[in-house]
Parts: sequence; C-alpha cells; structure tokens
Amino acid sequence: MKWLSLNWPQVVELTRDHLLLSAPAILLSVLLAVPIGRLAQQRPRLGGPLLGAASLLYAIPALPLLIIIPVIFGIPLRSPATMIIALTVYGLALLVRTAADAFGSVDPRVREAAVAVGHSPRSVFWRVDLPLAVPVLLAGVRVVAVSTVSLVTIGALIGVPSLGTLLTDGFQRGIPAEVATGVIATMLLALFFDAVLVAAGRILTPWTVSRRERLLPQEETT
Amino acid sequence: MNLFLDAIAWLADPANWSGPSGVPTRVLQHLVITFAAVAAAAILALPTGILIGHTRKGAGIVGAIAGAARAIPTLGLLTLLGLALGIGLKAPLLALIVLAIPSVLAGAYAGVQNVDSAVTGAAKAIGMSPKQVVFQVEIPLAAPVIIGGLRAATLQVVATATLAAYTADFGLGRYLFSGLKSRDYAEMLAGALLVAGLALLLELLLAAWQRSAARRIAAPARSSSAAVQPESPLVKESV
Amino acid sequence: MIEFESVTKTYPGQTTAVSDFSLVVPSHRTVVLVGSSGSGKSTLLRTVNRMVEPTSGRVLIDDEDVRERDPVALRRSIGYVLQHGGLLPHRSVLDNIATVPVLNGVPKREARTAASELLERVGLDPKVGRRFPGQLSGGQQQRVGVARALAADPNILLMDEPFGAVDPIMRRELQEELLRLQADMHKTIVFVTHDVDEAFLLGDEVVVLREGGVIAQRGTPAEILGAPADDFVRDFVGADRAERELHITEVDGRTIAVDASGRPVGVLAP
Ligand SMILES: Nc1ncnc2c1ncn2[C@@H]1O[C@H](COP(=O)(O)OP(=O)(O)O)[C@@H](O)[C@H]1O
Ligand SMILES: [Mg+2]
Repeated sequence: MKWLSLNWPQVVELTRDHLLLSAPAILLSVLLAVPIGRLAQQRPRLGGPLLGAASLLYAIPALPLLIIIPVIFGIPLRSPATMIIALTVYGLALLVRTAADAFGSVDPRVREAAVAVGHSPRSVFWRVDLPLAVPVLLAGVRVVAVSTVSLVTIGALIGVPSLGTLLTDGFQRGIPAEVATGVIATMLLALFFDAVLVAAGRILTPWTVSRRERLLPQEETT
Repeated sequence: MNLFLDAIAWLADPANWSGPSGVPTRVLQHLVITFAAVAAAAILALPTGILIGHTRKGAGIVGAIAGAARAIPTLGLLTLLGLALGIGLKAPLLALIVLAIPSVLAGAYAGVQNVDSAVTGAAKAIGMSPKQVVFQVEIPLAAPVIIGGLRAATLQVVATATLAAYTADFGLGRYLFSGLKSRDYAEMLAGALLVAGLALLLELLLAAWQRSAARRIAAPARSSSAAVQPESPLVKESV
Repeated sequence: MIEFESVTKTYPGQTTAVSDFSLVVPSHRTVVLVGSSGSGKSTLLRTVNRMVEPTSGRVLIDDEDVRERDPVALRRSIGYVLQHGGLLPHRSVLDNIATVPVLNGVPKREARTAASELLERVGLDPKVGRRFPGQLSGGQQQRVGVARALAADPNILLMDEPFGAVDPIMRRELQEELLRLQADMHKTIVFVTHDVDEAFLLGDEVVVLREGGVIAQRGTPAEILGAPADDFVRDFVGADRAERELHITEVDGRTIAVDASGRPVGVLAP
C-alpha cells in the first residue's frame, strides 16, 4: 500500500500503456477472425487446414514469437507494434476456431427462412448469421481478452512498457509490493475487459438475457 | 532475413551443441521441467476433475477458479514466487504447475461430465458399481477430452518454461535471456526457433495421441464423421 | 414375483410422478405398463432395480424388500433393456453382452463364448459380435440390448420402451422375437410402452396408467378391450377406433372379418 501510494502516477501510466497494447490487439483479432472463421465454416475443405494452421500458430511460445516478429516484419524489437502483432496472432489463432463454431451454431433452418423471405446473401450475413453467432463468438472473445491482457506483461521482458514492467522491475529490485501491484492491476484490467464484454453481450443479444452468465470466461471444450 | 541466416549459422555451430549450455542439455532441461510440471498438475487435478465430472457437483466453483487462475499473469506469479523462494527452480516449477492446473482440471471434468448420461445410466442399471462406472465407462469415454486438457497444459507449460530462465539457469529460455542481455540476436532467434520447434513437436505428438484415443472409443464407422471432435486447445496464456 | 406396495415417488420440485401404486407381477408372466409419456412408467420400472428410490411405499421381489438388497448386486440379478440400448460405445458387441457375467467373475473367454451364443438366440449373426454398437442398425442394437439383459440369466427382465426407437417393421420383428424367446424362457417381465398395440400383443396382463402413475385399469388385453373401465381407457386403447370394430361377412363361402370401414383384416378359422 505504501509503495502504491508513492508510485501512483507510474501505475496509472503503465495501466494506460497496457490498455493501449491490449485493446487494439483484441479488436484486430476479432475483426480478422470473424471473416476467416466464416470462410472456414462455409468451405470446410478450405476451413479444415485453415483451422489446423491456426492452432499450430497457437503452439508458438510468446517470448520467441516476440523475437521472431520484428525479424519478419522489419520493425524494431522494442516497439508497441511488435507487441500488438504478436498478441493479434494469438488472439487470431484462438478465435478463428471459435468464430467457425459460432457460425456453425446458427440453425441452418433459420438461415433458410431468411433467404426464403427475401434477404440477400449480404443481409443474411449481417442480419441473421452475425447476430446469431454473437453468443458463441463472445464467449471466445472473453477468453481472448483475458489471455491477451495477461500476455501483455511479457512485453516487459523485451522492454515494452506495460504493467509487466512492475513485475520485472519489482523482481530485480526485490520489491514484492511492486510485483503484487502489477499482478493485481493486470487481473483487475482483465476483469474490467471481461465486464465490458459481458455488458456488450447483454446489449447485443437481448434475446438471451435469461441465461445467467459467469463472471469469468469459461474455457471452451469440445 | 539476414538474422535468420545468422540464427541458422548459430544452430549449425558445433560449439553450441556441447557442454552444460549446449543445445542437447538445454532441450533436455526444458523437457524435464515441462514434464515435471504437467505431471504434478495431473496428479493434483485429474482425480479432482474426474470426481467433479462424475458427481456433477462443484463445476461452477471450479470454472470460476480456473477462470480466475487464467487471469493471473504467469510472469507475475513467477516473480512473486521468485522473490519469496529465491533464485532457483522452485519458483518456476511452482508457477508452471499453477499454470497447468486449470487446463487439466477443465479437461477432466468437462470430459467426464459430457459422457452421455444415457450410457452411464445404463452402466449403473446393469449393475456396475460407481467405481466401475468411473473407471470402465467414464474415463475411457472421456479420454480424448482429458488428453485434450493435458495437451493444452503441456503446450502452455513448454512455452512458458522459457521463463524458468528468468530466475534459474535452466532450459531453452537461457538463450533468449542471455541473447537479450548481450544483444546477440542470432542466439536469441536460434533459441526462439528451438522453443517453437519443440512446442510444435509436442503439439503434433499430443494431437496424434488425442486422435488415437478418440478413434479407440468411437466405432470406426463413426470416427470418420462428426462423432470425433479433435482438439480445440483449451486456452492458454503462454509465454 | 414382484410386488409394488403403495409406491409413491415425488421428484424434488416436481409434482408426484407416481402415487400410491400397488401391483403384483406374478412370476413367469409378462406385465405391460402402458400410458402416455410422463405417466410415470419409467419411474415405476426403475424402483424395481433401485435406480429410483420410492418416496414412500416399497417394492418386494419374492417377498423381500429391494431396500434390503445391495443395489449393485440387485441390478446384476435383473435384466434391463432401455429404449436406446444404452450400450457402451467403446466396447465391442460381445464385450457389451459379456459385461455383467464378467463383473460377476466369469472368466472373459467363457463369457464371450456365452455371449456369442446369446447373439444367435436373439437372431443376430455371431459375426456382429466383433463390431462396435455404433456400427449396428437401431434394431440390431436393441437385439444386443436384449442379449445383454439375458447374459446373467436373470429371473426378472425390465424393459423400458425397448422397441420405441426403431421403425415399425423392425419393431414388429423384435416383438415376435421377444414372444418366441419368452415362450421358452418364462422370465418375469415388466415391459413399459406407450404403444397400446404393443401392450396387447406382448402382455399376459396390461396395466393402463394415467397421469401421475395412477392405474386406470388392469386386466388381460381381452378384458380391457372388451370392457374399458371408463372413457379415458376407452379413448386410450382406441376401443372405438374403426380398425378395432370388427364385423363378419361371407365371401365365396368363407367367413371374413372386416373392420368398421369395411377393410378386411382376416379370415375366421373354421
Ligand atoms: N430424474 C427425474 N427428476 C425429476 N423429474 C423426473 C425425473 N424422472 C422423471 N421425472 C418426471 O416424472 C414424471 C414421470 O416420468 P417418467 O417416469 O419418465 O414417465 P414415462 O416413462 O411414463 O414417460 C414426468 O413428469 C417426469 O418429468
Ligand atoms: Mg419413460
């Protein structure tokens, strides 16, 4: 507590940095995963290998990925861009399969009925497939959000500032309070993202209100 | 791209393949700590998860704990433990066990819980004792999902075991951290490639194991259809 | 002999599934419980092997309260066939049939040989034994289910809509098969169905249930069809249905039975 009261401004600044790294990565993951997942679901022959490749990407450890990405993209190691790309790769790897499952969960009879009453393919996507896929998709995004926020801390090891900086700095200087602050702040940030997503889900899918939601994302299982 | 060539040159250099910080030793260390962490997590979490899945009680609490555990940054746990336990293997091993538990637990309870209740009901009705239902019906039928949990955990741990080098002279992470310190990017990249390769190798092996388990429980006629759903890694926050 | 004594079952947070049900099922006979879905048939059946514990009342087998028996041992001594077979999907057909004998300590080889013979008895090619349940048709799975129930040679057979999920032609074959088996097995069978025709075909005695496991009428098929106790039973068994109302006419010197809509249904034996 004493440490926190003395270093309050630094924590706020690092929290902001943390937010600015994780939010774009989560957003990018969703924006990229939705079309890819939709494609994979519609064309299983293409989708199978695509989903397989995605889960292999997922197998690449983060710290090494942080080192490989600048080499591939020709950007500096210690830049926010490196961090955001790496986090997006993970988010994508995780979310593509969920997105495919989400579109797969839409009842084909509903889709057929929409076509039958005269929706164009484009409006079927925007008005039927996408809204109905939201509940499953959202469950995946919640998982991505929590793991992204947690993963951002690793950036501190290559010198990209975030709440992770409190972890490495606190460890090197032997200040448990600083490390603990970093851990707790990161978890609070993850909880915050999760709460925002749950609220967004309530607003986006008013037809599922009766179902109670858990405070933290459930892991997906087959 | 030059850096990749440098990394390959580093990997090709016989000098890097011998001695206490040679590649074989580091790979072995990495595998040992991975295996130890997953094994410890399995000893703790498998019986618990199977029991929860069998009784269908406590899943909510476990889900919440697992969710919360995922939100803990592993680097944070590692550094906290490092400060408490000092430099050495204890801190990373403990952190990795904590990291592995949620996936193993989730796989075990979800797998057992999702076994068709008509099948377990029938097994009970023909006179299997609860223990026989667990060991002869639920565990074999849940095996693919249970293995899926172990697979996800292994993947997380093998990736995150690089962090062990942050508090101990151990594992492939050593190349990353020493390269980072001395700005030897070739060594760093070589280390990164080694870890990624090892992770991919383990991933492919475990995926094959999971698929074979799935085939074993499903009739061959059905294994071609949707009856067998492979993988979907449970979620990771790996490093 | 199975005896239900004032059996009542109320599930938590539910209305009563079965109330004050009493019935004696004599040994070596087939008694069919028939009623619409939700009338408590399965619940009643499952009180016999203690899959369900009655809220009050008791069930006796040969004058012994089933509560005195160890549930696992009790279940192994009673054959049980379910609608969807309930076969273990990860074991071969032979191993499924051999499950209970093996649990009872019969050596595996011996149990498998016996299982193979049982397959033939229920009308299946022994070659089927090496397959997995998922590779069989619905009708074949039901036959395996019957074989498994018979494997430990139980005195009692409980059958819960065992032929409910198969197509009508297959169902007919299975029903005939069961009649044929029962003709030389003489088991005590409690059979549950919502199909009145099936009940009349298989039952030495039929018990018509109404909502809440209340007996509307019990008797032989002829008694029930001939004298329905009330409108509910009349309606349920379709005593007024056109195809149940038979008349006799003469055609070319032969006596023919026709139903109410004039469709011939058979020839009277001289
Ligand atoms: N395990 C259970 N828990 C709660 N209610 C049950 C349970 N099993 C059956 N019921 C209820 O008891 C009633 C009778 O069910 P059941 O015995 O299965 O009828 P049937 O076999 O004639 O369709 C139904 O209303 C059903 O919903
Ligand atoms: Mg029923």
